[in-house]
Amino acid sequence: MSAPTVPTDSLGNPISVVESDDVLVVEAHDGTRWELVCGLEVHAELHTVTKMFSGAPNSFGDEANTNIDPVTLGLPGTLPVVNQRAVELAAAFGCAVGATVQRSVFSRKNYFYPDMPKNFQISQYDQPIVVDGSLELPSGHVVGIERAHLEEDTGKSTHVGGAGRIKGAEYSLVDYNRAGVPLLEIVSRPHVRSAEQARQYVAELRSILVACGISDGKMEEGSMRVDANISVRPEGSDELRTRCEIKNVNSLRSLVRAIEYEARRQADLHASGDRVVQETRHWDEADGRTHTMRSKEEADDYRYFPEPDLVPVELPAERIEELRAALPMLPAARRHRLAVATGEPHTTESIVVAVERAQDDQALAAIAAGGDPARVLVHVVQNLAVEGGADLPAERLAEVVRMETGGELTATQAKQVLAELVADPSQTAAQVAAAKGFEAMDTGALEAIVDGVIAANPSEWEQFLAGDDKARKKLSGFFTGQIMKASKGQADGRAVAQLLAQRSAG
Amino acid sequence: VSAARETALAIAAAVRSGARSAVAVVDEHLARIEAHEPDVHAFNLVTADAARAQAAEIDRRVAAGDDVGPLAGVPVAVKDNLCTEGIATTCSSKILEGWVPPYDATVVRRLAAAGAVTIGKTNLDEFAMGSSTENSAFGPTRNPVDLARVPGGSSGGSAAAVAADFAPISLGSDTGGSIRQPAAFCGVVGVKPTYGLVSRYGLIAFASSLDQVGPFADTVDDAALLLEAIAGHDPADATSIPQPVPAIRSHLDDGVAGLRVGLVTELLGDGIDPDVAARVREAADALAAAGAIVEEVSIPAVAYGLSAYYLIAPAEASSNLARFDGVRYGLRVDAPTTNEMMVATRTAGFGAEVKRRIMLGTYALSAGYYDAFYGKAQKVRTLIARDFAAAYERVDVLLSPTTPTTAFELGAIEDPLTMYLNDICTIPTNLAGHPAMSVPFGTDRADLPVGVQILAPSLGEVAMFRAAKIVEAAAPARSAAATDGRFHR
Repeated sequence: MSAPTVPTDSLGNPISVVESDDVLVVEAHDGTRWELVCGLEVHAELHTVTKMFSGAPNSFGDEANTNIDPVTLGLPGTLPVVNQRAVELAAAFGCAVGATVQRSVFSRKNYFYPDMPKNFQISQYDQPIVVDGSLELPSGHVVGIERAHLEEDTGKSTHVGGAGRIKGAEYSLVDYNRAGVPLLEIVSRPHVRSAEQARQYVAELRSILVACGISDGKMEEGSMRVDANISVRPEGSDELRTRCEIKNVNSLRSLVRAIEYEARRQADLHASGDRVVQETRHWDEADGRTHTMRSKEEADDYRYFPEPDLVPVELPAERIEELRAALPMLPAARRHRLAVATGEPHTTESIVVAVERAQDDQALAAIAAGGDPARVLVHVVQNLAVEGGADLPAERLAEVVRMETGGELTATQAKQVLAELVADPSQTAAQVAAAKGFEAMDTGALEAIVDGVIAANPSEWEQFLAGDDKARKKLSGFFTGQIMKASKGQADGRAVAQLLAQRSAG
Repeated sequence: VSAARETALAIAAAVRSGARSAVAVVDEHLARIEAHEPDVHAFNLVTADAARAQAAEIDRRVAAGDDVGPLAGVPVAVKDNLCTEGIATTCSSKILEGWVPPYDATVVRRLAAAGAVTIGKTNLDEFAMGSSTENSAFGPTRNPVDLARVPGGSSGGSAAAVAADFAPISLGSDTGGSIRQPAAFCGVVGVKPTYGLVSRYGLIAFASSLDQVGPFADTVDDAALLLEAIAGHDPADATSIPQPVPAIRSHLDDGVAGLRVGLVTELLGDGIDPDVAARVREAADALAAAGAIVEEVSIPAVAYGLSAYYLIAPAEASSNLARFDGVRYGLRVDAPTTNEMMVATRTAGFGAEVKRRIMLGTYALSAGYYDAFYGKAQKVRTLIARDFAAAYERVDVLLSPTTPTTAFELGAIEDPLTMYLNDICTIPTNLAGHPAMSVPFGTDRADLPVGVQILAPSLGEVAMFRAAKIVEAAAPARSAAATDGRFHR
């Protein structure tokens, strides 16, 4: 067998040759059609022991204001020191998405808010650590990543009274445990064209972050947060219209709902000849709508300038290569690898699912041990999606598939044998089959059953013989079912199909 | 006032040998403070009890045979913008009312490790913004040389404390001349080290890219002693230089034979008092007499130093001072909403000069103005560094006045822009990140001290101090009128 050929870019990342036509088009109230243009900003909390600029613990769920130190609180005289581990995790991410990891500079983003201890956030502005990468989605669609930069998280405010907003609150409480937690802000290009692509992009990003140990990717704990920049344009045009930034999207499900809602809202505005105002909008999970937070006119002037307390960050090229070499194989490459081994397109659902569940190594080993690739994939995705299924030794799976394709087990029997093996992998497939009394039915007995079923259903058999392809397929299912029933599940599906074909031809 | 004051070197030697008790040394200085502090107001806080306890501990350790360090039992006054654990630190501002730092600045820890005894926190222009110490929320400090005059600023309290012999040495901070200018006005030695040589951790920031902690002393030797004790890499300050401290003290008496000295042309002309310029030229002559090669050197870009400084420093200050909002510590003026509370607190807590600079800096960083102001100032900064680099191709150290004039009277300068001109000779060094120091050299026609500034390239402290020793040795003795007049004019 010749070496598998997966198309790759200059950095060795697989690139897709599939052109996706999966674009969300919404119909406005007047029947005009508008298509989505969307870019995503993902904030991922980095999996470090300490904070971005201090030795205080980076830990979630502790008692308020316990993971703090003078630097976290921005006490007078304190200075930030860059967490080297955070820099390396950001660089590893850059390598994972085929981006350039460059010399970067921290800046100050100035605005007043009580949960920001210094009333400025240290972030990267015009010189981010990661630029120009890309991510291939399971669908094959490729989303460009414009940049990823390091910054510190803010604390968490709780406003009491005044509908939970700072304006009109009776009083506010601040927990600074989260203040200073390292964040990687990953900014996509506006290449996301449907809500499903947005969902896949975030899910794929999460699996990369988790696989590389960069972040724990828990949206429900806020360690991964998504903002969506959304605009729409007339279907088929290539213009870019005013966008809105949607915040407070806390799950993949909300992301899909928020994008679909917002696209429709903007389409209706355009269709009515109204203006879409550039603004930040807040997704309300309860009413399923987005609401104005602040418009561009009200937006703060952040007065960015280079952070004078820090020096530029530059990782040696050798260190970046070490980080690149230490990366695990990433989902897209794994899908391509399995695609090559099975001969299926890498966008096939079973391939996507096998990789998503990290059962691709199991499938590959079973194929290498002589299991038929298609049957291996079916069993992995359908019959080994149970507890312990992923731990079934590949040689057992290969053995079952060999027996199945060799006619020693029917598909139904193979499924039962696998279930037994998952429970007790110390047995061989042959032992389980023998214990259950599964033997290949001898041809004579099967022929007798087939003929008996045909005789018992004369009118159906007439229709089967006279019918078009569609009808034959339907009735073939009927007869197979009857035969299986009569054989108590012992008949081999392929032998049945062969006999039916033979009888109808004869 | 005792006739012959003791140096830090002499005190440390005596305490280390057991010849003198550290407690006795502290008590002598506390007695002088008690007698003259009401006239001078060098301190925001005198930590007499803590100092005595610290001194007693040093005496106990000396008796036990411990090596208590190079500053054994030496009283030191600390500028009140350096954090001291358990001791109020105010920056001479109302906004820090009631705040007690839970940690020591790195330099304060190093002082203690060297055996020094902190005797008090000295007055300053609020947040180190000023050149006269008149901008303190707690009232001005007066110049011990002439109580009608200002001590300079912003480290006026630290300069006055040494000049009045409240302590033989003190710490200040220098952002645009805040150590050197008051040193010149008070007739003491003041050093702004190379940016990054001394840790800034625990120094409450004014302008982070310019701030540097440094020593005041009555002699060049004592200044070197204190600088070596506080210098050196600190992992808590990312801008701290990860290199060994230059061996200043072991080369102090190497002389200046063959040393190339440049007189800065641009800082000897218009705007410089002729008496001051004359003293600088005499100091240059003294260096030449000791074997140095003296020439005039032009550094054209220093002319733009002041303008660039008054964009960069306020810009950084506007951001550094944003944290004083009443939410977490210090003053809080209650108001119906969080935003109004922040505004009320900052309005009540900051003085006029601080507010002026916050506004200047906020404007300089604003969208649409950044390139014209902050961006351009940073380019000027690069030009200044380039001009200095060119000069240092030809010479080892530079010589200039520290200040255009000698000490002026309290209240004499009301216009902020005129006040800013005080720092015209000192600011370019901060923009370049270089070291510079002021050494007293004679007086003007009114018997007021003149300071000569010696400048050097980055980490050029060794050559700078060698030249300083020669200038110090050649300095004319102060007239009887000047010394006798302390506290009485």
